[in-house]
Amino acid sequence: MSEQINEYIKNEYAAGFVTDVESETLPPGLNEDVVRFISAKKGEPEWLLEWRLKAFRAWSEMTEPTWAHVKYPKINFQDVSYYSAPKSMDSKPKSLDEVDPELLKTYEKLGIPLHEQAILAGVAVDVVFDSVSVATTFKTKLAEAGVIFMPISEAVHKHPELVQKYMGSVVPQKDNFYAALNSAVFSDGSFVYIPKGVRCPMELSTYFRINEAKTGQFERTLIIADEGSHVSYLEGCTAPMRDENQLHAAVVELVALDNAQIKYSTVQNWYPGDAEGKGGIYNFVTKRAVAHTNAKVSWTQVETGSAVTWKYPSCVLKGDNSVGEFYSVALTNNYQQADTGTKMIHIGKNTTSTIISKGISAGKSQNAYRGLVRMNPSAAGARNYTQCDSLLIGDQCAAHTFPYIESKHPSAVVEHEATTSKVSDEQLFLCQQRGIDMEKAVSMIVNGFCKEVFKELPMEFAVEAGKLLEVSLEGSVG
Amino acid sequence: MLSIKNLQARVEEKDIIKGLNLDIKPGEVHAIMGPNGAGKSTLGNVLSGREGYEVTGGEVLFDGKNLLEMSTEERAREGLFLAFQYPVEIPGVSNMEFLKASVDAVREHRGLPAYDSVTFLKLAREKCKAVNLDQNFLKRGVNEGFSGGEKKRNEIMQMMLLEPKICILDETDSGLDIDALQVVAEGVNSQRSPERSFIVVTHYQRLLDYIVPDYVHVLANGRIVKSGGKELALELEEKGYSWIEQEGK
Repeated sequence: MSEQINEYIKNEYAAGFVTDVESETLPPGLNEDVVRFISAKKGEPEWLLEWRLKAFRAWSEMTEPTWAHVKYPKINFQDVSYYSAPKSMDSKPKSLDEVDPELLKTYEKLGIPLHEQAILAGVAVDVVFDSVSVATTFKTKLAEAGVIFMPISEAVHKHPELVQKYMGSVVPQKDNFYAALNSAVFSDGSFVYIPKGVRCPMELSTYFRINEAKTGQFERTLIIADEGSHVSYLEGCTAPMRDENQLHAAVVELVALDNAQIKYSTVQNWYPGDAEGKGGIYNFVTKRAVAHTNAKVSWTQVETGSAVTWKYPSCVLKGDNSVGEFYSVALTNNYQQADTGTKMIHIGKNTTSTIISKGISAGKSQNAYRGLVRMNPSAAGARNYTQCDSLLIGDQCAAHTFPYIESKHPSAVVEHEATTSKVSDEQLFLCQQRGIDMEKAVSMIVNGFCKEVFKELPMEFAVEAGKLLEVSLEGSVG
Repeated sequence: MLSIKNLQARVEEKDIIKGLNLDIKPGEVHAIMGPNGAGKSTLGNVLSGREGYEVTGGEVLFDGKNLLEMSTEERAREGLFLAFQYPVEIPGVSNMEFLKASVDAVREHRGLPAYDSVTFLKLAREKCKAVNLDQNFLKRGVNEGFSGGEKKRNEIMQMMLLEPKICILDETDSGLDIDALQVVAEGVNSQRSPERSFIVVTHYQRLLDYIVPDYVHVLANGRIVKSGGKELALELEEKGYSWIEQEGK
């Protein structure tokens, strides 16, 4: 049966096409001049250039982390181009009608219509193509509610006080190697501010697309939910199929002020490489949230793409009674490697966190959950519940679990449950004996395994995520 | 309906079925009895096309078609149903979702339209009632946390929904108390019809008090060594299997 499964899970990547646009791309290499070039290209104020240079100097002194359970050839950071933008974006189009139709076609092909009348679900979208933001929809409607949703490069000019105050406040420039790199060369990303007491009237969404070859993508997202506000934000990612590996090193910072709630959902489908493990995205991402008093932050992620993933969306539960949640589905196939999980840092009293992680390994892939739950001495009455399940498909893949628990307060309660299971021959035989073909059977079993996480996703995203899992496991047995 | 001629099969390089002949006509109920290790369960697995069960000789015609050439799911869609001795759990996949996928696949094969969800739910609830299962079982994961009796009733419910041509019950009585056995047997009996045939595989005569067979066959050492009417089962109950095994040598 395992052979049949292995045949079946051969992967096809639907988002792997290349858009033919003329781009302005920096030659590979990184030094202070490149940092200055990017900053100048964006017309940035002096303080931000200094901020970037400080990060660059710190990065130059740092070494790459090697503790993750992943293996890949050493990256030559001088071989990556740090800026690429479609030339047509130079003139800064004011509306969608002025945007290069080739770019719009890219998003249509990916199933993301940018014309507002074509969007049914009421989701506002910001799309980032290589190093620049191409379009942001529903700006006016959001402005009426006082919500700011724009490319971060624009926010630097229009809301410098907010950007200066919060950028780097959650993930400092020197936080880690990739965060420092991002801080030096980040090109674009989304900026969100929800004013006090406002419930954001629609889902906000950013869609990231890497197009240009040999180019890294370094986006930076900053979301600030002011006191008592609510926002739900979605993030999606794809890239063309290319033989060489490409680097993606993003930073996401969330600030939930008192009584605010942020729900951040990701469907990550970067190109995973081919069946022999050639090509694919290196996804080295730092995501962190700070939750103030009574605030709540939920991370939900569905990770099916990337050749190598190194990602730990975390919550710093700073305020009393604050709540952190992490719901994750990570699927690896072929030669993909994932080392992903979360950190829950309990500082405030009576803080609670929930971690539900579902890892699915197929093919020859390696899938690791790595999590830290820390109860600081100040975290009286803090609680954590962790559930960590692994599902193996076939007999050549592996699942690993690395949970770290540090409890420094006697009243803190930490629970950890873990299971490992296999899609068994018996289960598949039962399905087939009832007339259900293998393809449908595997997808049903995998979807069933992920149910607890999918129910946390916004409705239209949950459907998409289910389909994505199906496609990621799709193969030639019919 | 089902014609098995000189069937030979092996599992893990070991010959288990060694020249088995059996002819089943529509509407007939055949009981297959025999000592442990005789090849009783292997027969059900071979007929339903389970991976790892290698046919080394003979032929099986199902409604005139070559059964052994069909894939596992094709056999199911053609109307061959196997009720498992130990039904496996599929956590997270709701019984309802599983049943719908199964019935949809079988109906599609038969050129029938898929049921809409409302009609199907109504139908599934009816069948639940018929095997004395609470409706909540439709929402639960397939066999997840079911008791032995509940799992078997769930199997019979699936049989009712799929309306197969031939049903193979693989030691359905194992692990059942007398009340559960009666419910299961009633469910099976309600499905008996002039078009539908049954192969009832069992070690004990007890089940045959409730599901009365037309024929009883004794399987020993991979062959049918004795056939008779329902009274043969009683004889076996009395004398055990050893005398027949002796005869078979």
